[in-house]
Amino acid sequence: MGNQEKKKRIGVYICHCGGNISDYVDVEQLCDMMKDEESVAISKNVMFACADSNQKEMVNDIQENNLDGIVVASCSPKLHLHTFRNVAQRAGLNPYNYVQVNVREQCSWAHSDHPDQASLKAAGLIRAGIQRVSWSEALEPVSIKAIKSVVIIGAGVAGMRAAIDLSRMGNEVFIIEKEEKSGGQVAAWDTLYPTGASGKELTQKMLEQIRRIPTIKLFTSTTVESVTGSLGNFTVEVKIRQHGEEVMKIPAGAILVTTGFDPNIPAEGEFGYGLSDRIITLPEFKQKIEKASGSLKIEGKEIHSVAFIYCVGMRQHKGENKYCSRTCCTSTMHASLELHKKFDNMKSIHLYRDIRTYGKQEVLYNQASKQGDLFLMYKEKDPPVVAVSGGEVKIEVTDHLTAKRQLELTPDLLVLVTGMEARSDSREMAQLLKIPIGNDRFFNEIHPKLRPVETVINGVMLGGSCQGPKNITESVQSSMSAAAKINALLCKESLEMEPIVARINEEACTWCGKCAEVCDYEAIFQMETNGKVVAGVNGATCTGCGICAPVCPADAIEVAQYTNLEIESMIDGFMAPVILEEKIAAPGSEGATGEGLMKEYPNIWKEILSQIDSEPLTIPQIAKQMQKENALVTYHVMTMNKYHILEAAGMDDDDAYFLYTPKIRLS
Amino acid sequence: MEPTKQSPKILVFSTDKISDPGIDQAGLRKLHYSPSVYVISMPCSSGIKPRWIMHALEQGFDGVFIAADGHECSYSAKCPDHTNSIINEAQKLMQEKNISPKRIRMAALCSVCAEPFVSHMNNFSKILAEIE
Repeated sequence: MGNQEKKKRIGVYICHCGGNISDYVDVEQLCDMMKDEESVAISKNVMFACADSNQKEMVNDIQENNLDGIVVASCSPKLHLHTFRNVAQRAGLNPYNYVQVNVREQCSWAHSDHPDQASLKAAGLIRAGIQRVSWSEALEPVSIKAIKSVVIIGAGVAGMRAAIDLSRMGNEVFIIEKEEKSGGQVAAWDTLYPTGASGKELTQKMLEQIRRIPTIKLFTSTTVESVTGSLGNFTVEVKIRQHGEEVMKIPAGAILVTTGFDPNIPAEGEFGYGLSDRIITLPEFKQKIEKASGSLKIEGKEIHSVAFIYCVGMRQHKGENKYCSRTCCTSTMHASLELHKKFDNMKSIHLYRDIRTYGKQEVLYNQASKQGDLFLMYKEKDPPVVAVSGGEVKIEVTDHLTAKRQLELTPDLLVLVTGMEARSDSREMAQLLKIPIGNDRFFNEIHPKLRPVETVINGVMLGGSCQGPKNITESVQSSMSAAAKINALLCKESLEMEPIVARINEEACTWCGKCAEVCDYEAIFQMETNGKVVAGVNGATCTGCGICAPVCPADAIEVAQYTNLEIESMIDGFMAPVILEEKIAAPGSEGATGEGLMKEYPNIWKEILSQIDSEPLTIPQIAKQMQKENALVTYHVMTMNKYHILEAAGMDDDDAYFLYTPKIRLS
Repeated sequence: MEPTKQSPKILVFSTDKISDPGIDQAGLRKLHYSPSVYVISMPCSSGIKPRWIMHALEQGFDGVFIAADGHECSYSAKCPDHTNSIINEAQKLMQEKNISPKRIRMAALCSVCAEPFVSHMNNFSKILAEIE
């Protein structure tokens, strides 16, 4: 196991966050309280812990006091974990001997209704942080040399676009395409919204561009057989089926998955599908429009009215596809507009549940409405009933927009608006790459907002509609974003990976194999050490999820930073008794000018006060005199105003800005 | 000024990437819940050891809440099963020490589940207050 020696000289910094924390939490009292905690060498309260001036002070403190651990009680670690890890590093302290305690999002803001209780809770949180850091270990990031080559799986628009970008950024690119031709689904499409370009031409253009770039190699009729290795050094084994079969091993620093989607195909009889040639899906309909000229005929009959049933096979509360496919509403509007553009005397009736033509795509909905398309709303529980008799398609529908009127329609053609599904082979691909699949069967990115396009496997990224339904623009944007992230990793000479991985206590381990069974990443293996069979961990493939730890009957597995000592001592910290004195006047509350705290204010406040000392000034005037950015000065002036350090003194001559004057004077 | 005796102490195990941002959001939106709720964030709820749950209950926490990722877990599709096993294991240990199995609870929370988190905390507090 790791080296868990108790720290002896800990530095504690409690942040006011301008007032976001100190308006509700008694920061000063907590700061004094923490001075008495075991192993705490210094305890300070600071106006803005993240401010440059404080970071410099922290570096000095660490070096001068020879601190062996630091705790910053401030905002969520999601915002400033790396800021303070870097502070530690700059001061020569291992960045993993730093703990951030969230006393803002999970304390002062959440309990602003009970400031006294918020202070008590903050005391527990900070003590837990001190306990945790006192058992923290100095960890060294795993350093890996990266190969500057990328394997892209899937040569659709997303894959090809990312290939062009990655090659421009100086990487060697290998595109693996299962089909005989590149271009994916888009290659089969005709006019695309909004440019009017043809899908075929677009993909052909991209292919020609790729052919001109010597660092991109495109393999068609090729499948991925196995993937080994990890970020910086994968080996992708592929089988090329062009002239006979050939197996090739491609070294790659990263892998981009752009395998796309499968179009949903309705079940036999679903809304009459398969019962008549006049009931077809949206992709089939688009092809028919493309091929027909003069008039649209099906089985010799001229088509003049088309009904569209939306959300076929999608948004099913009880079915497999619970999600909205997002692109089909727009695609249907576009198809209806194309229909009217190409053929005369046409009528479109849309049977929809909700119209989701988001963003600029709303223009198409508007155009379709203006050209006279009819829109009837149905509910999932009360879907249209389709019957075929004598070659005629009959639809019974309840329009929920007109007092639930029962309508009977007999269109010449019924189009079932189907959406996108995860590829039928997505499970095999997920197994090869060890990437997780969501409930919708598409590949899972770590987080749609915080870490999009990344998977939990370092170096394996997602682009385009293999992650979820997307239109062409969104697909290309996501693959370009993945390309940028991959390049950011591979452009460094050596890669540093988080050392937060599982570790085995070889003395306690008796190799039962349970840990290896639950590990989805094959990071645990059997090995022999000193004549004993034990579990070993591959640090490069271990994701640090910790799934292996609770299943060990001997409790022989721990994940760095989440050891028994660290977690259990945190729990003890939460529970330590706290007694606080009643707060008399909180900064920011009525009656508190904050004058007594002047020594704690950032230097920029003093500078602002000196600017407005002789005459009232506006924010742009202060910024100009100080040669600072307007935004920065605005932020500080607003905070100073809140704390009654300065105040507004009328407007300027143009009546555009407030003038500010000091409320307290510098001594 | 001492903690109010009425509000039960709850230890929440959250997850770094999914449920902890949801709990942060509750604070960001100033949605209030009991100040006796303390959170430890983990990479994945499947990595919580039953001995930690026991330690918390023995040290005086009234209940332990696991804010799991459920099917959204980015590590393993089997995460809900693994987390369930941990709870079962913990409940066995709790039974041996005569601790009510109601003192442990789990729910899947996502990164925007601010309101559901608050309502889980309110409900769990009520349940814990009713346990003798």
